[in-house]
Amino acid sequence: MAEVTRSDTADRAAPEVKLPPRDLKRTWGWAIGWGLFFALLIWSWEGADMRPLALVEHGDNMIRFVRGFFPPDFHDWRLYLEEMMITVQIAVWGTVLAVVCSVPLGILCSENLVPWWVYHPVRRLMDVFRAVNEMVFAMLFVVAVGLGPFAGTLALFVHTVGVLAKLFSEAVEAIDPRPVEGIRATGATSVQEIVFGVIPQVLPLWISYALYRFESNVRSATVLGIVGAGGIGQLLYEVIRGFYYDQTAAILIIIIVTVSLLDIASQRLRKLII
Amino acid sequence: MGAGVGMHAIEIRQLSKTFGRGSKALDGIDLTVQRGEMVGLIGASGSGKSTLIRHISGLVIGDRGGSVSVLGETVQEDGALTPEARHVRSRIGVIFQQFNLVTRLSLLTNAVLGVLGRVPAWRGALGLFTKAERLLAMQALHQVGMAEFATQRASTLSGGQQQRGAIARALVQQAEILLADEPIASLDPKSARRVMEILSHINQAFGITVVVSLHQVDYAFAYCPRTLALRDGRIVYDGPSRALTPAFLTELYGAQSEELILPGSWGQQSEQDVDTAAPVAQPVAVGSI
Repeated sequence: MAEVTRSDTADRAAPEVKLPPRDLKRTWGWAIGWGLFFALLIWSWEGADMRPLALVEHGDNMIRFVRGFFPPDFHDWRLYLEEMMITVQIAVWGTVLAVVCSVPLGILCSENLVPWWVYHPVRRLMDVFRAVNEMVFAMLFVVAVGLGPFAGTLALFVHTVGVLAKLFSEAVEAIDPRPVEGIRATGATSVQEIVFGVIPQVLPLWISYALYRFESNVRSATVLGIVGAGGIGQLLYEVIRGFYYDQTAAILIIIIVTVSLLDIASQRLRKLII
Repeated sequence: MGAGVGMHAIEIRQLSKTFGRGSKALDGIDLTVQRGEMVGLIGASGSGKSTLIRHISGLVIGDRGGSVSVLGETVQEDGALTPEARHVRSRIGVIFQQFNLVTRLSLLTNAVLGVLGRVPAWRGALGLFTKAERLLAMQALHQVGMAEFATQRASTLSGGQQQRGAIARALVQQAEILLADEPIASLDPKSARRVMEILSHINQAFGITVVVSLHQVDYAFAYCPRTLALRDGRIVYDGPSRALTPAFLTELYGAQSEELILPGSWGQQSEQDVDTAAPVAQPVAVGSI
C-alpha cells in the first residue's frame, strides 16, 4: 500500500516541476558587462604606468628606505603634538561651519520641499563645491587670505558644504511625508513644517553624516599644510623632503593614533545618539 | 471668527478632480454640511472618500470651476488655494489613517503643535510654547485618555493610542471642524470603537462638526446620523444612515460588498456598537438580511 502511494505522488509531482529556462538576455548581459570591465582595465594599464616588476627590481633600495623609518625619532614630540592639535582644530571649525550652512542648503536641494528652479541651481553649486578637492581650495584660499590654518579651515568648509548638503538632502528626500502633512493640517507655516515635520525625522542621519565628515576632515587636514594651509602637513612635508625618515615615522604615528582615536570616539557618539 | 457664525460648516460647489490620464477622482461634487453635524462618508476603495477630505482641508487642489468653503471662508476656488487657506486650515482638524504624528517627538510635543496655526510664526518655528499652551495640550491628552503617555515618544505607542494623540492635537488646535480620513482603518476593533466614541463625544460635547470617512459601513450606522455614499467620485446617497438598505449597499460596493457587509458580521458588530455608544437608532437593516 505504502509503495503504491509513494509512486503515485512521484508520478503526479514529476511532470509539474521543471527548472526555469535560462534567461539568455541576462547571461549575455553579464558576459558583456565583464568584457567591458576587463577592457577598461587593459586600457588603463599604460596610462597608470603599471610596472609591478619595479617593486622587485628596486627591492634592496626599498628595504633601506623602510629601515630609515626605524626607530622613530620623537625628539620634537611637543612640536608634533602642537601641530596635530592645530590640525584637529582646523577640522573642527571647517566641519561646524559646513554643518551650519548645509542645513539650509540641504533643504534647498531637496526636490520634495522646494520647486525645481530652486533645487537645480543650488544643487549645481554644491556639485562645484564637491568637485573641487580640498587641496585645490586650500591653494586658492592661501592666495586669498594668506598662509596659515585659516586658509585650510575655509578649504575644508567649502568642500564639506558640497558633500554634506547633498547627503542632507538625500536624507530629506527619503522622509515619510505623512507627519509633515499632519503638521501642515494644523495651519503651520512651511518653515514650521520643516522644523517639526522634517528635521526630527532626519536628525539622526544628519548627525551621523556630520560626524563621518568630521573624521574624514581630520584626515584631510593632515595634508593641508603641504600647500601652506596650516596643520601638521607642513612638518610632514619638510621632514620627507629632508630625508628625515625617523622623524617622518614619528609624525605618521602621531597622525595614525589621533585619527584612530577620533574615529573610535565619533563612532561611539554616533551609536549613542541614534 | 464672528463672520463665520451662521455659515455652513462646509460648502462644496461643483468640485471635480481629474488625475493624470483623465480619470476623475471627484466628479461634480455638491455638498453642504451644517455646523454640529456628524457625517459618515462611505464607499468602496477608490471611490473618492480620501480625495474629497483632502480637498476640504486644502491639501489637494481641485479642477477649475469648483469651490470649497469652510466656515464661511473660501479654501480653494477655481483650481487654486486662496490666501486665507492657511488660516482656514488652522480651524480644521485633520485625522489621518496613518495618524501622521511625528514619531520621534513626545506625545505632548505632538499635541502642542496644534497651536502652530495661531501663535506668531517665529515663536512656533523656534518651538517656544508657553506653559498655558502646554497645559492645554495636557488637558486635550487627558480628554482622549492619553495623559499618562504624554512624555513617551509617539513611535512607542500603539496605533489606537497614536490616533487618540492625533485627536488631541486637533483639540489643541481648537478646530471647529474635524475631518477624519479612514481614522480606524488600521486599528483593531476595540481601538476602532474607542476612537469612534471619542469622535462622537467631541461632536456632541463640544459641537465640533465631524466628517469621517469609513471603510466599514457598520461604524457609520452606529455613530453617524447622516451618511454620504460615494461611487466613482459622485455622491450616490446623502441622507439619514438609518434609511440605507442592504440592497443599496450591495449595489454600492459591488464585488467588495461581501467583505464589507457580511450579514453575520454586520449584525454582531452593530449590536456591540449600539451597546457601547448608541448615538443612533438601531440600524433598520439588522435581521432583515
